[in-house]
Amino acid sequence: MENSSRRGFMGKAFGAVAAVGAVGSLVAMKKTWDPLPSVKAAGFTTLDMSNYVEGVMVTEKWRGKPIFVLKKSAEVMEREKGNAAAEARNIKIGNDNFMVAIGLCTHLGCIPAFRKDTNDFLCACHGGMFDASGLVTQVPPPRGFDIPPFKIEGNTLVLGEVGPEWQAMKDNGVTL
Amino acid sequence: MAHFTKATSVKDWLNQRLAIDTVEKVMASEYWIPKNINFLWAMGMVLVITFAFLVVSGIFLLMYYVPTVEGAFYSVNYTIMREVDFGWLWRHVHGVAASVVFLIIYIHMFTGIYYGSYKKGREMIWISGMLLFVAFSTEAFSGYMLPWGQMSYWAGMVITNLFAGGSLHADGLVEWIRGDYVPSQAFIGRFFMLHVLLVPLAIIGLIGLHFAALRIPHVNNQDGEEIDFEAESKKYLDGDKKGSKVMRFANDFMSKDMMVVGIYLVFFFYLVFFHYGFAMDPVNFDPADGLKTPAHIYPEWYFLWSYEILRPFNIDLGLILFGFAQVIFIFLPFLDRSPNTCAANRRGVAFKVWFWLMLSNMIVLTAMGKLPPEGVFSQIGLVAAIVFVAQWIALPFITAKEKKV
Repeated sequence: MENSSRRGFMGKAFGAVAAVGAVGSLVAMKKTWDPLPSVKAAGFTTLDMSNYVEGVMVTEKWRGKPIFVLKKSAEVMEREKGNAAAEARNIKIGNDNFMVAIGLCTHLGCIPAFRKDTNDFLCACHGGMFDASGLVTQVPPPRGFDIPPFKIEGNTLVLGEVGPEWQAMKDNGVTL
Repeated sequence: MAHFTKATSVKDWLNQRLAIDTVEKVMASEYWIPKNINFLWAMGMVLVITFAFLVVSGIFLLMYYVPTVEGAFYSVNYTIMREVDFGWLWRHVHGVAASVVFLIIYIHMFTGIYYGSYKKGREMIWISGMLLFVAFSTEAFSGYMLPWGQMSYWAGMVITNLFAGGSLHADGLVEWIRGDYVPSQAFIGRFFMLHVLLVPLAIIGLIGLHFAALRIPHVNNQDGEEIDFEAESKKYLDGDKKGSKVMRFANDFMSKDMMVVGIYLVFFFYLVFFHYGFAMDPVNFDPADGLKTPAHIYPEWYFLWSYEILRPFNIDLGLILFGFAQVIFIFLPFLDRSPNTCAANRRGVAFKVWFWLMLSNMIVLTAMGKLPPEGVFSQIGLVAAIVFVAQWIALPFITAKEKKV
């Protein structure tokens, strides 16, 4: 009896020590797999918005991801009028209107191709389609293109920094 | 202390210390195999040999492969393919074996389903086998990342995105798995580690478990007959080799096994030398480019059936059904409620239809997964995916009604 209770105590004591060690090592393992500080620090991109031409889709790069920048023509703006979902996604800089979005299909992350003649995007992986303001016109994608965090500074757009316009979009559920 | 006597021979010396005679009997000469089997029972040995080829070719590739974003593509396509003498051989053996191993795994699996080899004490064989399938899938996927071509990169992007869980938007988890916002150096490093160390260790451990799970219930036979291995082996050892229903694993069964392996190897090396192209996607001969998606992304042929179950639905339902398809096979021993352990064709119409429909539907799913998701192919894929799920839901009901044969 005396022995078995001693053994029981030793077993529990070892269990406690092992549990602390196991939790500690799991924390270390998890953190070892986190993105490195150098990776996180390289996460800002500045775009000069006066360089873009109406109707020409340009792909920029932010955090290794493609960023679609499309300067919208007056004709496109006219078509969007009254479409609240499209208007909410519009980014106005000076007198120009832009669609700026992460160019990855919200389904599984392929890059959709811009079709100049129809002014929309088609994803080759699973057939998803998006219009010129980045809204879904054909599933499987569950939502429109995500809009990267941005801050408007005069004529430039800083990607990766949160400005009031983007914060408003996020709060209203326009983007994630 | 245990008592040791002066050894009379090297064998006796080892025998006193390692009991090699007993081990040899348990593992080989008195490991009894039913005589009533066919060539499909050799697939286990075919898999062992294929795995050995993967390990050996992998060791040679490992000596020149460079796991960096800048170096990976050229170390494979230039150093190994052009500079290293016979480097092409190791790469083609590795690529072909990685593809063919899944063909044999599927044959092995469907043999097990057909003959009911997951029932009556053989459940752990089936479960450990399905865990091996998961481990081999992980090994295949992580290995596919390493050449760092366009398909490597974009398959890595798409598959890691699955972990965002659709509407759950667990983007933090995806970034944690990648170690970056997109697949890059951290990603290639960790998948290299998984491919050459952690997953192979798991596979070797699981192979041990798979073999151990087989040793006590013994291998099944063509009629699912319950054999009294004690009585039959006694009959064999007493000299009635012809009347006994069993034979020795080694050398009797092994000799037949290796005959099948020999035929398989002729086919295997025919592929390695003359038809390796099927295992080498042309798109993967372009270096990875994070700003350019290939026109059509598809996985290797052995993942197409489950990919096709993901594709026709919206992301959440697609992910749920994809998850279902990944795990459902492991529960087969518990979903099959039938008292019968015998060939599917003899278990009554319902299961006979279930088996052949499952096999042909998975071939249809595989074919549709390869085709672009357009027009009639999308429709066929959708129907096939629904049939797949419906079949698994129906399985417990149709097998519970099965009459004892």
